[in-house]
Amino acid sequence: MDRTTRSLAGFGVDRRTLLKSAAIGVAGVASPFVQTARAAETVRIGLDDTFTGTYAALGKNEMIGAQLAVEQINAKGGILGRPVELLIEDSTSGDAGAAVQKATKLIERDHVNFLLGNVNSALAQAMAQVANSHGVLHVVPGGHTDAITGDNCHWNVFRVCNTTAMETAAVASVLIKNFGKKFYYLIPDYAFGHTLHSGMERAAKPLGGISVGADLVPLGTTDFSSYLIKAQAANPDVIIFFFAGDDMINALKQAVQFGLNRKFHLAGAQQELEALLGLPPEARVGTWVFEWYWNQPGVPHVEEFVAKIRQKTGGHVPTARTWFGYASTWTCALAAETAKSLDAVKMARALQDFHLPPEVALMPNGAFYRAGQNQLIPDLFVGNAREKGPKDPEDLFEVTEVVKGSSVAGTLEETGCKMNWPA
Amino acid sequence: MRNESLTRHAPTVIVWLALLSLPEWINLVAYTDLGSQVVILGLGAIALNFLLGFTGVLSFGHAAYFGIGAYGAGLTLRYLAPSTGLAIAIGALAGMVAAMVIGPLIIRLRGVYFAMVTIAFGQIFYFIAFRWHSVTGGDDGLTNWSRQPIDLGFATVDLKNPINFYYLTLIVFALCTGAMAWLLNSPFGRSLLAIRENERRAQFLGIPINLHIWLSWSISCGFAAVAGAMYALLNNFVDPRALHWTQSGTFVIMAVLGGMRSFWGPLIGSAIYVVLQDYLSSRTTNWMSLIGLVFILVVLFFPRGILGMFGRRASS
Amino acid sequence: MRHKGERESPQGPSTAVSGAPADMNQLILFNLFNGLIVGAFYALMALGLSLIMNLTGVINFAHGGFLAIGAYLAYSLIPYVGFWGALIIAPLLTAAIGLVVERLLIRRVYGLDPLYSLLLTFGLAFILEDATRLIWGAQAVAYQVPSALTTPLSYDYFFLTGYRLLMVAIAAVVVIALFVILKYTRLGMRIRAGTTDLETVSALGVNTSILRNLNFGLGIYLAGLAGVLAAGQLGLQPTIGSSLIMPSFVSIIIGGLGSLPGTLLGGLLIGVASSLTSVFYPSATEAVMYVLMASVLLVRPRGLLGEEGRF
Repeated sequence: MDRTTRSLAGFGVDRRTLLKSAAIGVAGVASPFVQTARAAETVRIGLDDTFTGTYAALGKNEMIGAQLAVEQINAKGGILGRPVELLIEDSTSGDAGAAVQKATKLIERDHVNFLLGNVNSALAQAMAQVANSHGVLHVVPGGHTDAITGDNCHWNVFRVCNTTAMETAAVASVLIKNFGKKFYYLIPDYAFGHTLHSGMERAAKPLGGISVGADLVPLGTTDFSSYLIKAQAANPDVIIFFFAGDDMINALKQAVQFGLNRKFHLAGAQQELEALLGLPPEARVGTWVFEWYWNQPGVPHVEEFVAKIRQKTGGHVPTARTWFGYASTWTCALAAETAKSLDAVKMARALQDFHLPPEVALMPNGAFYRAGQNQLIPDLFVGNAREKGPKDPEDLFEVTEVVKGSSVAGTLEETGCKMNWPA
Repeated sequence: MRNESLTRHAPTVIVWLALLSLPEWINLVAYTDLGSQVVILGLGAIALNFLLGFTGVLSFGHAAYFGIGAYGAGLTLRYLAPSTGLAIAIGALAGMVAAMVIGPLIIRLRGVYFAMVTIAFGQIFYFIAFRWHSVTGGDDGLTNWSRQPIDLGFATVDLKNPINFYYLTLIVFALCTGAMAWLLNSPFGRSLLAIRENERRAQFLGIPINLHIWLSWSISCGFAAVAGAMYALLNNFVDPRALHWTQSGTFVIMAVLGGMRSFWGPLIGSAIYVVLQDYLSSRTTNWMSLIGLVFILVVLFFPRGILGMFGRRASS
Repeated sequence: MRHKGERESPQGPSTAVSGAPADMNQLILFNLFNGLIVGAFYALMALGLSLIMNLTGVINFAHGGFLAIGAYLAYSLIPYVGFWGALIIAPLLTAAIGLVVERLLIRRVYGLDPLYSLLLTFGLAFILEDATRLIWGAQAVAYQVPSALTTPLSYDYFFLTGYRLLMVAIAAVVVIALFVILKYTRLGMRIRAGTTDLETVSALGVNTSILRNLNFGLGIYLAGLAGVLAAGQLGLQPTIGSSLIMPSFVSIIIGGLGSLPGTLLGGLLIGVASSLTSVFYPSATEAVMYVLMASVLLVRPRGLLGEEGRF
């Protein structure tokens, strides 16, 4: 039976699923008692993510990946023989209140077995606390602040996307080897930016990297020209852009308009397909790290995944965010299957040093959750952005090197994570 | 005589009956923590309305004091002492003091200028919360703390239980709204109404306008800070966006939605806004259009707010 | 694109090979100039808002939404009419939408407490953001500007692109045109008269409904134009307008309500202030406009060029 997602109108779900889900939705609203009765048999995964506001596009892609995963899980018989349902809540891109309330609702009223989310680091941390106080397994698909699997790590919180330490370490050597040692940093002024900066400095120093300047740029800046002129004047080999989301689009667009890409090399530690798609073709430049990329010729299972996602999105390829949602959801199913239980502690223990199967990891060297940190150690894809792909209009990144996560992840002590397990 | 007294107090009675019995019926439409959120944000909106609906002064910067209250509570629990009561007290005090200090600077302004300068100070506090990340956690938020059980001597109340927390919220709400209602019914409150109706005439009557506005402002922001402290406790988390002017806008929206001239109006506004947003955003990503539509319909058909429709006969 | 190892040598007098930081004077001068450019853009948007506020007392919180609509319409039109065609047509289309919105919604709140216009336009802003996300998607779209414009004109003091020059030229032309319209045309005179005393204007036989309608359309035209210009520099996604609405309000307040030259001045001032701040204390570039506003209000409560007793 195909009771996969409690669908939301406007999410682009096909009509059949929509009708079925509408019927379920109506039943759910009309009678909460029916829900509690069903709670005994379905396994529920709650996705509390950003579907409106600044991070809407990223949240939506994570959701699509999660939806595909749930369909596949159910096709294989569900979790421990029980059907799986994906509950979706909009945390909005605003303050933590909504994210916390939705997480609480999913846990207390909808009795989810797993919590997923959030794109926004602050919201992810706030939700992690809720999950921790209720003892629910929480997988963070794409919330990037290091603290989630660092200073603020919890036994029940796992994360798929990389730490800034990993991303910077992956690209530093490539930059120094190919372009030079002098870096000028443009740093968005919040934790994510700060840790990227310190990570890059740490990674570049032993290789001879020098900083010729750095600027802390406020979040949401619309005009980057004063920072770009300073970068130019410092005459670096590489100008490093640590931005994410809209800031990255704005900064790159303007940097290219000023012709900086013709004088210096542009680069950074994290780049996303969503940003490259939003840039005019001439601004798709630079050397970056992708956390997952869709065009991996020769790597098994990837093509099927891409094809299935294209079906769901009307022809668009999966982005790293899609894969985050996909891998996070599969992590939940695999945790339960491995532990042979839905008990959070048992599942969390089962995930220590757990290797994702190739059809979930979808990368050359696979990925595993590091024990004691709950952080996924995947491959990182270093490469260059390009105007357009040779065959596909969305093939905007040319992978030049696949870096094994374990070679750049650093030691457990360095992450600062000290995990306390319940007695 | 008795009839008039009845219609005057009826809304209060109805509201309190609903609030006290909330945990019983809330699970049919929502969940207990949502009820707490309605009450907390309602307190913030009622506090704003003390200034807006009853003194006639518009502020768009209340989120700053709401946020200061929230950070006060969070910082207390994280760095000072694991005491919920102390957290609320310090949060409230911090917000009120900040407002009292800012007050004299802005008192001379009126109308939309006053509103804009409150935004200015609000955004300055937002900036401080964001930049001072060593203390506040910056954009990542203030975490690693949570509300602590209350030790009453004869019993300990575990506040992790949402129902217990709801009743704590209700107690705080009762104390604050009781204080505000008492103030509004006092001669001081009457002066505020006079200022709202006609500032110049009030001046001729000898009422020290600026002093009254400053007091009203401080009281209003102080209670908004209490709401902020409770909000922090509800979420066990604070982030700078709680201070952003968009949060201030939400309070104003709630007050206008529910009815500015009525004491309980903003609470109704809070209930409508919070429940509607929570409910709609679970059903569809297009909840923003629906909420926008609700606002527009309220303005077109219920311009005095929901309660304004009923409150026309009763005195304000 | 670029190949490994290949690099042109940078022009400009300021740099030694070792990478000395930019000369402070050069930076300040550049930012003064750049601030005027940025400020002109703020002013463009703020003027539209100010026009609407002055005549009707309506605080249009949906102004950012109209900016976004203007940008997206241009994006959709470019494949058909090209960049320049879109630049001309998109703001006009946006203004047309504004006329319809005024007729259906905005005019219902004239005469009411400004708070109602606030609530109404707040709701409208929500709907506009959601509509743009529904129609064009949440994913940012690639808005392309002709390559002739995106080349830098100089590398040192006038670190300037053709596009920025275009932006400031268009803003200047439009602002001048606006002031000419207001001063010399009949519509303009009626708007100015109506701003001072709408009742008398009505008593003199002018159709104030049409007047307010056209005035609103004019304001929205400016928002749409600002949107089309913004799309060349910023990522085009549904929330593009929301970060630009506060600078508009601040410009109006600093300049003084009721004064369009004041709004223009206010916009330029905050543009320059935030650009200069980015030299010394970049983190505060946004906060500085609020500090400036607070300072102006504390010293001169009615704004720099504002009229006494207004609002």
